[in-house]
Amino acid sequence: MSSIDTLFKTLRSQNRKAFMPFVTAGDPDLEFTSALLRRLVDRGSSMCELGIPYSDPIADGPVIQASYTRALDAGLHVADIFDMLAGTTPELPAPVVTMVSYSIVYRIGLAQYVARAKAAGVAGAIVPDLPVQESDDLAKVCRSEDFSLIQLVTPTTPPDRAKQIADKTTGFIYYVSVTGITGERTELPPQIVDNVAWLREQTDLPVCIGFGISRPEHVRMLAPVADGLIVGSAIVRRVAEAATRDRQSVLSEIADYVDQLLAAMP
Amino acid sequence: MGATSQVPDQAGRFGAFGGRYVPETLTRALDELTRQYDEACRDESFRAELEDLSRHYVGRPSPLYHAERLTARCGGAQIYLKREDLNHTGAHKINNTLGQALLTRRMGKPRVIAETGAGQHGVATATACARFGFECVVYMGEEDIRRQKPNVFSMRLLGAEVRPVSTGSRTLRDAVNEAMRDWMATVENTHYILGSSVGPDPFPRIVRDFQSVIGRETRRQCLEQIGRLPDTIVACCGGGSNAAGMFYPFIDDAEVKLVGVEAGGRSEKLGDHAATLNFGRPGVLHGAFSYVMQDDDGQTADVHSVSAGLDYPGVGPEHSFWKDTGRVQYTYANDRETLDAFDALAKSEGILPALESSHAVAKAVEIAAQMNKDEVVVVCLSGRGDKDAAEIARLRGEHF
Repeated sequence: MSSIDTLFKTLRSQNRKAFMPFVTAGDPDLEFTSALLRRLVDRGSSMCELGIPYSDPIADGPVIQASYTRALDAGLHVADIFDMLAGTTPELPAPVVTMVSYSIVYRIGLAQYVARAKAAGVAGAIVPDLPVQESDDLAKVCRSEDFSLIQLVTPTTPPDRAKQIADKTTGFIYYVSVTGITGERTELPPQIVDNVAWLREQTDLPVCIGFGISRPEHVRMLAPVADGLIVGSAIVRRVAEAATRDRQSVLSEIADYVDQLLAAMP
Repeated sequence: MGATSQVPDQAGRFGAFGGRYVPETLTRALDELTRQYDEACRDESFRAELEDLSRHYVGRPSPLYHAERLTARCGGAQIYLKREDLNHTGAHKINNTLGQALLTRRMGKPRVIAETGAGQHGVATATACARFGFECVVYMGEEDIRRQKPNVFSMRLLGAEVRPVSTGSRTLRDAVNEAMRDWMATVENTHYILGSSVGPDPFPRIVRDFQSVIGRETRRQCLEQIGRLPDTIVACCGGGSNAAGMFYPFIDDAEVKLVGVEAGGRSEKLGDHAATLNFGRPGVLHGAFSYVMQDDDGQTADVHSVSAGLDYPGVGPEHSFWKDTGRVQYTYANDRETLDAFDALAKSEGILPALESSHAVAKAVEIAAQMNKDEVVVVCLSGRGDKDAAEIARLRGEHF
């Protein structure tokens, strides 16, 4: 049983939901990322999603793209990210999963990537450009290492395919709330509620919702139907200011923002 | 596995290459495109309509022209030019955009998006959209907008919206990223007319098939004009659509030597060229497993070419398959050789070739010089060079 399975088992037994912030590794540098992860968990995040910067992220909107570009322009390498994680995860009482392009996983090597991530205390991976029919090789490696491979279901996924994805997923299912790229939305489509309710009937796996979530009213709408919520661009946008402003005050502002969202959780 | 024309398989694989590495959001649209395309292939009226457009709208068949003065200049094999530059809109790109426009109409989608590098695919897409009445948005890198101004203006005249892309290297690769992002959000009412034989399955197959008219005509014209198949065929290769269309009908003719010419740029140093099959390695980019230019972390490397249309860090998966099976030989021409070839063709034959096609001319001339006078080299002259006049003037320090 992975640390992600344990987390959701505990949360479900307490009738609680997971709050999962997404942050970009190395923006503006890894020291800040490490401090941010600690702060986010300290405030009550159940799990953290760490974005591994990629040069061509086609599923990401302008905010996350820009954060990836800043990190890569500063000379960030994947090895540096794993070093930071190895020093951070032992004191972090919450699982960390990486959001990573298959371009990176393939280049580093499937077994090598999983081994290095696991050694750095990472519990799983979300690979947004690896659809289920291409995922067998990586799924095999992940299974043998008890490393979760979190797959995505979207509003355009037909029901039969959603069941197939659920069968191949470990850890939790990532339900993408909108047809589009990452980024804050003012309003979210109301049919998410029914779609996620249907999906949860098809599987015992936890279902977490991401993309677009940024406001307390989004949390109030979606937390009751899901096992967890993922908030990315709204945090990454605030991190962008850390390059030019006092870091402690940026960390405090993000913590305050997260508090507002957590207060809206059931 | 040897090279064969019986690819890709059901999973969109050309040997080990190809596949579909895209966000789940796009899966349904790609499945729908596959289904509609397979149905269209079996539909006699679809084929007839495309053939009619090719003949009366594009001006096909394009001539196979014996370049006698260029041949005399080289002193070797007879050089023939497949004149895709004479097509409506001045390049081979229209073959694909009309085919995909017919598919768009079949799918009932009112809006089309496209990426463009040199602007040839953008113009060909804008043209097809005007002809069929679709809304059209073309993504183009800011650097490419600078060096291909005439095409940018043409697209606007044709009613398309050109959206500048300011991320990354501000070239073709970034334009593909932006088009994919647009498609992620608009997939229900929008078709993405991808312009090269790259991207997720079924695009490499669809683009190759629509461009294969080049090779089919060349084959027939060779038999009519010289009474046999050519000895060697040369085509430039960025993403590789003109090369795929030219080579594919010859894949099973083992006696015909096929040569793809990549962009050698300024030097052989990483970042100075775009010769992906010569210097890259297998990896994943823009939805397919193929040769790519990447660093050890899988980050896409910067590339350079004097021609915007070849300035791309990836290549179509079928080319990777042909390279690894040895069926096609891939070489490269650098910027200087390319500009010399442009001059040679302009002065000896009165034809201004696109800088992309000039890469093929550069290597064809070199190859022909080593061959006998009774042998034949065919060059795919994929596009015309008017669009490059201002950029060539700039490179020479001349006032345009």
